[in-house]
Amino acid sequence: MFKTALHAFITAAKGLTITLGHLFGAHRSRKALDVRQGNYFVQQKGVTTVQFPKEKMPIPEVARYQLEVEMDDCIVCDLCAKSCPVDCIAIQSIRATDVIGKTSDGSVKRLYAAKFDIDMAKCMYCGLCTVVCPTECITMTDQYDRSTPKLADLTYAFSDMTAEEVEAKKQEWTKFQAEKEAAKNK
Amino acid sequence: MAFYFTYMLVAALLFGFIALFTLFAVYAERKLAGFVQDRLGPMETGKYGSLQTFADILKLIQKEFITPSAADGVLFAMAPIIIFLAVFIGFAVIPWAPGLAPANLNLGIFYVIAVISVDAIGLLMAGWGSNNKFSLLGAMRAVAQIVSYEIPAGIALIAAIMITQTLNMQEITLNQGIETENTLLFMGLWDVSGIGGLLAWNVFQAPHLLLAYVIFFIASLAECNRAPFDIPEAESELVGGFHTEYGGLRFAFIFLAEYTMMFLVAIIGVVVFLGGWNTPLPNIGALKFADWTTGLVWGIWWTLSKTLLVVGIQMWIRWTLPRLRADQLMSLCWKVLTPLAFLCMAISGIWRVMVMA
Repeated sequence: MFKTALHAFITAAKGLTITLGHLFGAHRSRKALDVRQGNYFVQQKGVTTVQFPKEKMPIPEVARYQLEVEMDDCIVCDLCAKSCPVDCIAIQSIRATDVIGKTSDGSVKRLYAAKFDIDMAKCMYCGLCTVVCPTECITMTDQYDRSTPKLADLTYAFSDMTAEEVEAKKQEWTKFQAEKEAAKNK
Repeated sequence: MAFYFTYMLVAALLFGFIALFTLFAVYAERKLAGFVQDRLGPMETGKYGSLQTFADILKLIQKEFITPSAADGVLFAMAPIIIFLAVFIGFAVIPWAPGLAPANLNLGIFYVIAVISVDAIGLLMAGWGSNNKFSLLGAMRAVAQIVSYEIPAGIALIAAIMITQTLNMQEITLNQGIETENTLLFMGLWDVSGIGGLLAWNVFQAPHLLLAYVIFFIASLAECNRAPFDIPEAESELVGGFHTEYGGLRFAFIFLAEYTMMFLVAIIGVVVFLGGWNTPLPNIGALKFADWTTGLVWGIWWTLSKTLLVVGIQMWIRWTLPRLRADQLMSLCWKVLTPLAFLCMAISGIWRVMVMA
């Protein structure tokens, strides 16, 4: 019994010296090092806390955080929305009467994106949409810090068309269809 | 009638001091815990989080009194008051400086030990009155623990009191420094009555009193339900222990009692073993450090600094050691500390007869 108690005291003393070391080591902080640097694990002493809004951890530029869509390169193929496991991408397309342009990699654009919404509150950051995108217009960015009092603010709308434009393009398409129909029936 | 006013003033002053101490101690404890675990602790409220505990108490004061419908209303409401008062009235006999003590009671140390025991009843009332299995379990553990650990704590104190031959806390302190009229012997060999300082403290007057102080310190940790003896609260298994159902000001009083108890047991240890308001600096030849650093203000300073140091050690231990299991707790108390305390008491008797006579 006394042997156990003595052993307990010795181990307690060991533990106390360790915590005392940390207590007095707390006068310095560890620098928020980039995880890619070789000496990342060298710092073993000091406070590890990163006081988030005031200081941020360095992250790589190609980090996999919030999604970004380059609309000029988008051919509105809807593959990203189909691949999304949580259905956070909502796309509505309008057919154009003719080719409306080319993306930077030469793909032909034939569709207008009336709606291209990504609900970041639903997004699980799997990155599948960026893999399937044929023109690589949907990418993940290094932006992760977004807090808002309104849930609707987390739905990012990437479509650059106004309501009038959408209406006009729709009209144009119906008119084109009607004309085609009329020409066929002649 | 004027003396009633004085009594109330003294009580109010002590309460004010205790409340401030608790606010400071909670902040210090959170900071210390943070540093030990390589964190920062509170940082947002005020500079370096210094207003955190004031914000906490403000929140607790505003809260509603909630009594569970199945609770025993009277016991539930009375428990925090009894828990706090049992600790608070212990401060009545604590000496702060030469000639400065709320009451210069001849039964001083006996009185303190007696009133601290009432704390266990308050804890049981809180646990039983809550009508909650976790509260009751916590309260049962608390009572078992406090009742058990009072034995080694009390006997360790008796070992010291057999050397000092008085229960008066002011006299106990007086006989550990240069202002004594007795002859004080360092380890029973060297007359240090005129030298004073660290050498004249009770822990150094007889070698076994150092062991007695260690026993008292460990037992006092258990008495104020501090880690590693915090099984009455045991967050991971008992939710919050006996204070699970408490909120608002009632919880604040239970919390206040816990920190007051820490301070009280620390100051008892300081008075009985570590020289109370006596200076740790001895007279060395022409350098009369002990004479220079004895007095009213110095007394308060030494009492406070020694006590806060002991409280700091209590916190340091809390954030280092894991909790003891209930059976380990009991076997430590009954199989190790109690026999050792009895041994100290026996040595004290022999010491008194053989060395000091």
